[in-house]
Amino acid sequence: MTDLITEELVVLDLVASDKADATRQLAAKLQAAGRVTDLDGFLADVAAREAQMATGMPGGIGLPHARSEHVTVPSLGLARVPAGVDFGAPDGPATLVFLIAAPAGGGSEHLTILAALARRLVRPAFKQAINDAPDAASVASYVQGEVGGQ
Amino acid sequence: MKFVAVTSCPTGIAHTYMAAENLEQTGKDLGHDVQVETQGSAGTVPLSDDIIAAADGVIYAADLEVKGKARFAGKPFVDVGVKKAVHDPKAVLAAAIAAVENAPKGGTPVAGAAVAAPAGSSASSTRKVGAGTKARQWLMGGVSYMIPFVAAGGILIALGFLFGGQEVVYKLYGGTWEGVTYPDISNALPAMFLNDGDISLLMKNAGFAGLMFIIGKIAFFMLVPILSGFIAFSIADRPGLVPGIVGGLICGPIGAGFLGGLVSGFIAGGLAYGMTRLKVPKGVRGIMPVVVIPLVTTLLIGVIMFLILGPPIATAQSALEDWLSGLSGGNAVLLGAILGLMMAFDMGGPLNKAAYVFAAGGLTIAITEGGPGLQIMAAVMAAGMTPPLGMAVATLARKKLWTEAERENGLACWLLGASFITEGAIPFAAAHPLRVIPSCMVGSAVTGAMVMGFGNELRAPHGGIFVLPLVSNPILYIIAIAVGTLITAALVIVLMSLDKKKTEEIAAAEDVAEGVHA
Repeated sequence: MTDLITEELVVLDLVASDKADATRQLAAKLQAAGRVTDLDGFLADVAAREAQMATGMPGGIGLPHARSEHVTVPSLGLARVPAGVDFGAPDGPATLVFLIAAPAGGGSEHLTILAALARRLVRPAFKQAINDAPDAASVASYVQGEVGGQ
Repeated sequence: MKFVAVTSCPTGIAHTYMAAENLEQTGKDLGHDVQVETQGSAGTVPLSDDIIAAADGVIYAADLEVKGKARFAGKPFVDVGVKKAVHDPKAVLAAAIAAVENAPKGGTPVAGAAVAAPAGSSASSTRKVGAGTKARQWLMGGVSYMIPFVAAGGILIALGFLFGGQEVVYKLYGGTWEGVTYPDISNALPAMFLNDGDISLLMKNAGFAGLMFIIGKIAFFMLVPILSGFIAFSIADRPGLVPGIVGGLICGPIGAGFLGGLVSGFIAGGLAYGMTRLKVPKGVRGIMPVVVIPLVTTLLIGVIMFLILGPPIATAQSALEDWLSGLSGGNAVLLGAILGLMMAFDMGGPLNKAAYVFAAGGLTIAITEGGPGLQIMAAVMAAGMTPPLGMAVATLARKKLWTEAERENGLACWLLGASFITEGAIPFAAAHPLRVIPSCMVGSAVTGAMVMGFGNELRAPHGGIFVLPLVSNPILYIIAIAVGTLITAALVIVLMSLDKKKTEEIAAAEDVAEGVHA
């Protein structure tokens, strides 16, 4: 099984004007890695999900996500946003943005991994480790290790 | 405390699990056990029956329809939506704790049983229900749809009287009131009302009060058809509705009234149920529910009501009304006492509702034609108010006999009793049936008898203390309620004190178990 997250999907210092911009930049990384086939189609699916309920989470997390037919493998794009970008959370802008891309349909195995990720997100230690990681590679390997993938 | 929770969100990827993690962690931090069932896209692992049975309360942090909600039936719960659990799990848990603490104590064992039954097996759905129980459920089905019509129509009519005075009847139906003669503009209210369309004449003669009165009468006009229709609906589902309502409508012109409505509802429901069970050729099956069943059952119920059952029922109905009109003195007092006993026996159950329907049905006739129906309504309402009021007084007078939860219930009972919601006394009756129910019955019987003796009249079908302006001799009426309340309170205190030490010990022990320091 392909790793959920790799070095190329991590952006250490993202500068974004708004959440759509942040999402697009991360989605472009997924497309470059061949994990998303149609960038605009995928972004439309994410926007549709975002419109249902803002995905800003407490503790400075933005969590745009979608199940989309334009996604080939379950993927996670991750950006540290030192300046913050508003994802609609009541307690302020997000400094960590996780873009979850799940293929439409398919088995439930990868969804279990995403569920594990979602559970980690509310733990302060998880966020701290990501913020303290020295480079993109260590961020990717930490997250991949935490959520139980190989 | 132990909680079970269900989380879900539209995509089932993120919020579902973040909410779950938050609730579990927050529970751990605060020393509570929270078990979460995540109904997300990764599949649902159902909570085990044991875990559910052990839980004190339920947290729904779900944006989708909760799957298998029946498993949690009867437990105190909070329903917060998934977002709240993600952003503020502490508040959610606090709300859940409050919900458990405020849940009526009498309900707890019942709730446990209700959960155990569906969890146990599918046997409960196939459980045999006795014929009597079924008939009662059907009757209650009809009654529960009828009650809102009684409330809306009755209160509108009462308001018509309040603003328009007694003469509003004469202004609408014609007649002489204090030397002034009014023409009959009702045109056979309500079905044929104003079939000449002269609403301006109504407004001119009777004003807005008259309009309210007539709107109320139209709601009342639907009582028997709705009662009959929804009894049939309870029995046969949708196919029963048409013959039930039409049968009920026929009761009006033939004078069969409420008795007729009950009969036509049961017969129409039986006919429709029977026809849905018929084996028919495939070609006809499609038109059975839309054409054949309504047509045949409606024709049959019409013939039955007009030609066969209608006349004897009409005779019985008028005999009942004559008997009521002839009631006076000792007989009236006895009737008041019997109605009081019925009101208090099951507090909102079938006997209580039967007495209430009897009174409300009488009211629909008496409110325009006079007669003892108004007194019966007054007696039934007063007798229905004393059980909760009696509990309110009893919990205040002898605090040690009751648990903290019961004392809080007692406070709520002031309002419930004053609003004529007899059900307020149910938590007490459920916890101590043999001591509470007889006390309530005696108090209600005395109140009912006193009201009939005083001859108080009530022109509204509901409202408790808030429709006091519509009661004649309100001071005597309040006295009757107060006497019944005090009798109930005194009796229940005596009965609870028979084994005083034990009762107090149990109450204190339950408080400790609930974490309340009395």
